[in-house]
Amino acid sequence: MKRDILTISFIFSSAIILFMLIFPILNLILSTPVTDLISAATDNEVILSIYLSLITSTIATIIAFLLGTPLAYLLARKDFYGKNFIDSILDLPILIPHTVAGIALLALFGPRGIIGRPLSELGIYFIDTIYGIIVAMLFVSAPLYIKAAKEAFESINPNLFKVARSLGASPVRAFFTIDFSLAMRGIFTGATLCWARALSEFGAVIILAYYPYTAPVIIFKRFTTWGLSASKPISALLLIITLGIFLFLRFLRRESVD
Amino acid sequence: MIEIINLRKKFGNFQLKNINLSVNKGEYFILLGPSGAGKTVFIECIAGLHKIDSGKIIIDGTDVTNLPPEKRNIGLVFQEYALFPHMSVRENIEYGLKAKKIPKERRDQLIRETAKILRIENILDRSPKNLSGGEKQRVALARALVIEPKVLLLDEPLSALDAPMRRELREELRRIHREICVTTIHVTHDQIEAYSLSDRVGVIFNGKLFEVGPPEDVFRRPKNEDVAKFLGFENIFKGSVKEYRNGLSEIDINGVIIEVAGHYKGEVTVAVRPEDITIYSSRIESSARNKFLGKIIDYIDLGALVKLKIDIGIPISALITKKSFLDLNLQRERQVHIAFKASSVHII
Repeated sequence: MKRDILTISFIFSSAIILFMLIFPILNLILSTPVTDLISAATDNEVILSIYLSLITSTIATIIAFLLGTPLAYLLARKDFYGKNFIDSILDLPILIPHTVAGIALLALFGPRGIIGRPLSELGIYFIDTIYGIIVAMLFVSAPLYIKAAKEAFESINPNLFKVARSLGASPVRAFFTIDFSLAMRGIFTGATLCWARALSEFGAVIILAYYPYTAPVIIFKRFTTWGLSASKPISALLLIITLGIFLFLRFLRRESVD
Repeated sequence: MIEIINLRKKFGNFQLKNINLSVNKGEYFILLGPSGAGKTVFIECIAGLHKIDSGKIIIDGTDVTNLPPEKRNIGLVFQEYALFPHMSVRENIEYGLKAKKIPKERRDQLIRETAKILRIENILDRSPKNLSGGEKQRVALARALVIEPKVLLLDEPLSALDAPMRRELREELRRIHREICVTTIHVTHDQIEAYSLSDRVGVIFNGKLFEVGPPEDVFRRPKNEDVAKFLGFENIFKGSVKEYRNGLSEIDINGVIIEVAGHYKGEVTVAVRPEDITIYSSRIESSARNKFLGKIIDYIDLGALVKLKIDIGIPISALITKKSFLDLNLQRERQVHIAFKASSVHII
């Protein structure tokens, strides 16, 4: 069948944008010699930074899940004063430059900050610590999770919960057996996005916790110290690991849906 | 038995206004009202899904006003069935029994018995996604009935079905109710459902319950003009009583005199159902007290029926069968005779 001009032009523009998205990633992986990848993978500092990034982003995602799920549910199901305001606030960490986010967090969690000062007296510090990395990651990535979870809850017919209650289920039982169960797919997607966003965070992390190095920070450090050739293998390695985990999570989600 | 005493509930700009209702044990009660009348809010208040502002809800002598939904033992069926999509039919039916911690053996027995009554034994292991509208409806009913509720609440349960399925399930609802005899409150905007299913009907408008009674009483003798319009009284006119004699009142409506059974005085509102009006092509002797010559202004073909608009000095709507319409060779501008009994005229 002959294609119309609209379809042809859409295919053409789609091909350009896909090329712009995929080519840099493929180029990075394919243009990095395997020997460089192996030496990056055996570099202790690199391994530790990737390990730290994976651990901190996972902790940030777990916190986002534990604290964000109730908020997402409230936003999806309840009407209350200030709901639209809260909804808009959730866009802020996504919209503002991440260096600005870092400065804002530093002002709050720094040694003279409202939160940082009392916690420092308890021996909890955020500057150049794992706590600082987690806080920065959580700040920029949690909104992605909350928004995805909210959409997942909104897509569920609220009458299901009402029926469950009428059938004798307590609010907790009805939540877990109906709404949470049905929202699992969206929650999983949100958590994956949140984790990926946390893992890739650089701007906010570097201001709050330059050290210990996360993977994006060590890539930046090697680039500014030794240039592209030193940072490229680490970037490719991080990309391969992230893509691998991401594809595995997608596979898990598909399996659970089937 | 369920008693609702002075129930009030405000929802933004909408309000349920001081509703009093008593539904007898085993009764099939239909709450009839247009969209936005407050039907769903009302039954959700009974189910405990909304905290009411004031009033009482008493079920079988127990005040359940402050009990949460799970403690009220009420079966609830929504218009779109609200089956749990991630559970099989059996798991859907079992859900309430598990929540009530019924032992497995008893659960299986109750599921078997309920599935038999609802005639869904062969679909217990299927997913709700693969069921027809009628099957979904039966499963939703089974899930609500299996917990042996004191009251069954049905929110427009037939609205999502096509016409033949609706007819079939109307009869099914009647059969199931006869078999189980559970106190039922069914809300709908469909007058046929109200006529064919209910022991008694209530009419709700703008959050206010206007009339409660046997369907025949409510449909033939509405006490409110809005209710009369909703119930299909298309011929509603303001008039003044001129004379009373021999048990009949003569009412002047813009110069047209209509006779009505009973003694009335002053200004009145007259209502006549369109199906109570008979059409003749020529003048005939009829025992009906109200006979007029008029001209057909317009008509609407409704399939089996035809609705005519006839000018007799005031515009009158009449509903006749398609066969009569064709036999009488009716058309626009044609002069016809109409007649209706004095007893068919209702004074609101």
